[in-house]
Amino acid sequence: MDKLDNTYLWEKLAQKFTDQVSLLTDAHNLLTVDAKEACITAVLNFLKQDEELQFIHLTDITAVHFPLQKKAFEVVYHIHSLVNNIRIRVKVQLDGENPEIPTATTVWKGANWMERETYDFYGIQFLGHPDLRRILNVDDMEVFPMRKEYPLEDPNRVDKKDLYFGR
Amino acid sequence: MSDIKLAEAPPGVEGAGFFATSLDKAIGLARSNSLWPLPFATSCCGIEFMATMGSTYDLARFGAERPSFSPRQADMLLVMGTIAKKMAPVLKQVYIQMAEPRWVIAVGACASSGGIFDTYSVLQGIDEIIPVDVYVPGCPPRPEAILDGVLRLQDIVKNESLNRRNTPEYRALLEKYGIETYG
Repeated sequence: MDKLDNTYLWEKLAQKFTDQVSLLTDAHNLLTVDAKEACITAVLNFLKQDEELQFIHLTDITAVHFPLQKKAFEVVYHIHSLVNNIRIRVKVQLDGENPEIPTATTVWKGANWMERETYDFYGIQFLGHPDLRRILNVDDMEVFPMRKEYPLEDPNRVDKKDLYFGR
Repeated sequence: MSDIKLAEAPPGVEGAGFFATSLDKAIGLARSNSLWPLPFATSCCGIEFMATMGSTYDLARFGAERPSFSPRQADMLLVMGTIAKKMAPVLKQVYIQMAEPRWVIAVGACASSGGIFDTYSVLQGIDEIIPVDVYVPGCPPRPEAILDGVLRLQDIVKNESLNRRNTPEYRALLEKYGIETYG
């Protein structure tokens, strides 16, 4: 079998999902596609189940916050085909007010902790997740620390300068 | 003759064949020269403490021969390193499990004030959850500084009353931290 390449991979996706997916970039030879929130589970399922592609390994799920955009959140899936040694990055843009997305735990069990981490730091709700609790921060925390909505530290502070620590 | 240095006797009345002093002083002398450490080490300060326990600096000289690693029989809690907010309940539990009399040394910038980690996830000083007797500055402090902290604590222990645990000030302090007092 020939090695899969990004062109073929994109063609295959575009053929199946037509206007539901769009090509963003293939910088550094990593194909990056944008998918609509409604079809993300179908896209992930297709990538994993397809006889030819076999993207069986979910590397990571995380998110990005763009505070100035209307669609302020972007959930990012890094998926790896161990069979064909090729990677793909799938991004989904979400509403900033109430970011919700179907869980990927129905496709990969390993998505469980990744989604908990993403919820912990960005406050994104993964609908249908079996146990959406914080995983790294204290349970009673009321904020989502990785959101870009907190003022930066006062640059004029001196109380944490090295000289006060004998360094 | 050997160079063994003995602890100085407390002030008292001396005569032929007897020596009288207050019980407070005698107990203080005993307590301060057998402080058993419970090292609670989470980061680099813990490594400095290992050096302090090693042969060069030899913390055992001060009667701290047995590092406890358990609240049992330990009376000097040394907190060394960054305490994350998630670690705070654990540290508090360890402190609560120690029996009176007990003292706490916060070793290094992190345990004393959060240090450089001015962050949402880090406790900004352990005195937010448990009372602290001695703060050792430095990032990390050298073993000499840790020894100095232990010596400062010995001064405190020598000079406090035998029954500190029942004084109203001490009870009020513990209640302020929400720690139960008994007796």
